[in-house]
Amino acid sequence: MSAYPLRDNAPDRLRAHSGRPLRDISPEAIAAGELNADDLRTHADALRQQAEIARDSGYPQLAANLLRAAELTNVPNDELLRIYDALRPERASYEELLRLADYLEDSYDAGENAAFIREAATVYRERNLLRR
Amino acid sequence: MKQKQRSKRFDLLSKRDINRETYVEPWPEAGLIVADSPYDPQPSLTISAAGEVVEMDGVARADFDALDRFIVSRALDLAVAEEAMALPSQNYARMLADINVSRADIARLVAGCSPAKLTDIIRHLNVLEMMMGLSKMRIRRQPANQAHVTNWREHPALLAADAAEAALRGFAEVETTVRVARFAPFNALAILVGTQTGRGGVLTQCSVEEALGLRLAMKGLTSYAETLSVYGTEMTFVDGDDTPWSKAFLASAYASRGVKIRFTSGTGSEALMGRAERKSMLYLEARCLLVVKGAGSQGVQNGSISCIALPEALPGGVRAVLAENLLAAMLGLEVAAGNDALASHSNIRKTAKLMLQFIPGADFIFSGYSAIPKRDNLFGGGNFDAEDFDDYNVLQRDMQIDGGVQPISEDEALQVRRKAARAIQAVYRKLDLPAITDEEIEAATVAHSSDDMPRRDIIPDLEAADAFMAGEGDFVAVIRALQEGGFDDVADNILEMGRQRIAADYLQPSAIFDADFKVRSAINDPNDYAGPGSGYRPAGERWAAMQNIPQARSPEGFIEPHTGQPLSRLVEIGPASKGAPNEVALALGPAFGKILTTTIGGLSHEDVLEAILTGIAAEGMIARILRVYHSSDCAAIGYVGARLSGSGIGIGLQSRGTAVIHQKDLAPLNNLELFPQSPSLTLRTYEAIGRNAARYALGLATVPVAVKIDNGARLRLIVQTALLHRRETDEVDPDKLPQELRFDWEPDL
Repeated sequence: MSAYPLRDNAPDRLRAHSGRPLRDISPEAIAAGELNADDLRTHADALRQQAEIARDSGYPQLAANLLRAAELTNVPNDELLRIYDALRPERASYEELLRLADYLEDSYDAGENAAFIREAATVYRERNLLRR
Repeated sequence: MKQKQRSKRFDLLSKRDINRETYVEPWPEAGLIVADSPYDPQPSLTISAAGEVVEMDGVARADFDALDRFIVSRALDLAVAEEAMALPSQNYARMLADINVSRADIARLVAGCSPAKLTDIIRHLNVLEMMMGLSKMRIRRQPANQAHVTNWREHPALLAADAAEAALRGFAEVETTVRVARFAPFNALAILVGTQTGRGGVLTQCSVEEALGLRLAMKGLTSYAETLSVYGTEMTFVDGDDTPWSKAFLASAYASRGVKIRFTSGTGSEALMGRAERKSMLYLEARCLLVVKGAGSQGVQNGSISCIALPEALPGGVRAVLAENLLAAMLGLEVAAGNDALASHSNIRKTAKLMLQFIPGADFIFSGYSAIPKRDNLFGGGNFDAEDFDDYNVLQRDMQIDGGVQPISEDEALQVRRKAARAIQAVYRKLDLPAITDEEIEAATVAHSSDDMPRRDIIPDLEAADAFMAGEGDFVAVIRALQEGGFDDVADNILEMGRQRIAADYLQPSAIFDADFKVRSAINDPNDYAGPGSGYRPAGERWAAMQNIPQARSPEGFIEPHTGQPLSRLVEIGPASKGAPNEVALALGPAFGKILTTTIGGLSHEDVLEAILTGIAAEGMIARILRVYHSSDCAAIGYVGARLSGSGIGIGLQSRGTAVIHQKDLAPLNNLELFPQSPSLTLRTYEAIGRNAARYALGLATVPVAVKIDNGARLRLIVQTALLHRRETDEVDPDKLPQELRFDWEPDL
């Protein structure tokens, strides 16, 4: 795994969620008030690279999780919390879950998450885990 | 009515710590059985021609519950499942204990095993074989340790100081939690600042309700989360207000913010929640672990965790806890192995249990070593706590086993605690939070527990915490505050945590940061154990650091207090010959009164000589003093004395104080009386030794001198004993004959 760890072996390719390159994230930039929270957040690209590393190292489930995570980097905090809540038992109807999946796919190109939620919707319907 | 007869021994046993525990007989119907419930299914897996699992562990697809559905869809590697299920369970067990079978070969097959198959493998393993298995299957090469840092008062300066000390001690992760949920952001902040003061790269988390935990992570106040609890039955899962899908989504949400996650499972929770469905704890744990894996978690904390007392109440409970650690490692999960919640009143039992993870090593040997006293532990924890720090360091030193920490000096601790408390004070000041006073800094620097801390006004603290949580404040603001407060190094460490978040290397399996702030995970530090001479073992600087307990002294320091100026009153006058019948010969070791001048018990050699001579004189005999050069052995010295004594009775006396009464016709290693416990000997004893020797010489009936038995003396003093004997042996001259001495002394009669 020659690229891993990316922090040491590929720092020039790393950038924050905001797009700011890693090399520009310095104590001086903080002191100058130039950085905000998105400058210290993970970019989807890094998560996709990590997913590849995980898959190649024999951790396919972790890789799948990191790919879902990469899709979620663009989903705002509050929405993430809302989706999580909808997936808890007896919170949402079957149709609501399907709509949520469509929304994620359409708005954030989050196909992996959409498939994941559709799978949940199917099982929830069979196992009586939907809102009554 | 006749009183039941009571054995004094059984009465005493009933009061021992081990009998403060609760023990219960198994009851499978209630899930009170750690493994092999008669209701556990037999392993089976049927895959249709279309590649769909249509049956698993005796349950048809139509009857699958949500966990089964999740497991077949996301956890099992169906490409190997047929081969994996066909291989007899005993073969797996043998492969686990066989150094010639690699971790990868086992992991490939285990990926296709159903929950019942996993449980069935364990059936064939005893704890020793499981420990062998864990040392091979653990995914990261070097073991590590996690600390719990909380305090009852939720005092920010104390949290920061304790977190800094934990970081300095070497813990790779520090977890805190709350007594009052609203304190969550401040507690998370305090241990973030504290750990990064102690050592850059320590991962931190705050264990709170899931949604709140995610919000803390989004603010950058935490870098990992492990409160994602899963359960082995659908009903328990729902009672926990989650499903495998909601938990897995949460895991992805955390990862999307660059936060390491670890799920939590562990035997006993289903039985505790009344939903075990008659299954054994281990079988349900196998289901949990497959859910964890299917969700894409890099790891799990298991080892029963907060339910530990329940399996420990049952036969085989401690074995089952090791089994669940092993199953997790077999599945390629990072294992934080438990040993956190209070599991036993008995120090013997808690330590014995620990060995099952400590010896083979786990990714985290503890999923929370209480780096604070038990009474400050808000996790219900503290099976090992701050008061056991030195014990734990010694265990590492004893066995040359890396338990993930190292000893530190008191000065280092005080320094880092003060700095961490000042750093959090600066952050509070810059962020306009309720002030932390200098008095609080000083208290936190020296404190052991929250009892040592001044009270804070909780109302404004809580209001500030609410405002901080609701506002924009995050770790960027914290870094700036630290810079402005003059804590640039701490600020740099937190900033580096931010950069690491961007790189996301620490989302890989079993990732920690080492002392150089470099990521170390199963990707770049994979476990390569393949039998003796392979795998991780502490060496070089690491082993030196583990050995370096402040209590260890240099060997010279044990000898020096017993040395002094040669006794001026003891003069050598020439070669010794046989003496008159009315004498007792007192034979001294080669260093006595010359190089060494006090006994191991601290008596001066002058006083000892006077005491023995007084005893001999009291019985009307004359003492003649000799020095033996050719041996430092007590029996040999005494035997020479007896052979040269006119009466045939001699006393042998080594410099450390060990004495013997000898008789010329006895075998050299025999004796009349031996006094091996020199530390217990008093001047009164030495006088009695002189008196008895004289009485033997006079042929009188003699009661042996009574010496108190102190079995702890050898334990306390064996190092001094060895070193003083060695010093005396240095003075041995094999060619030099015994010499006669004159001691300037008159009996005080």
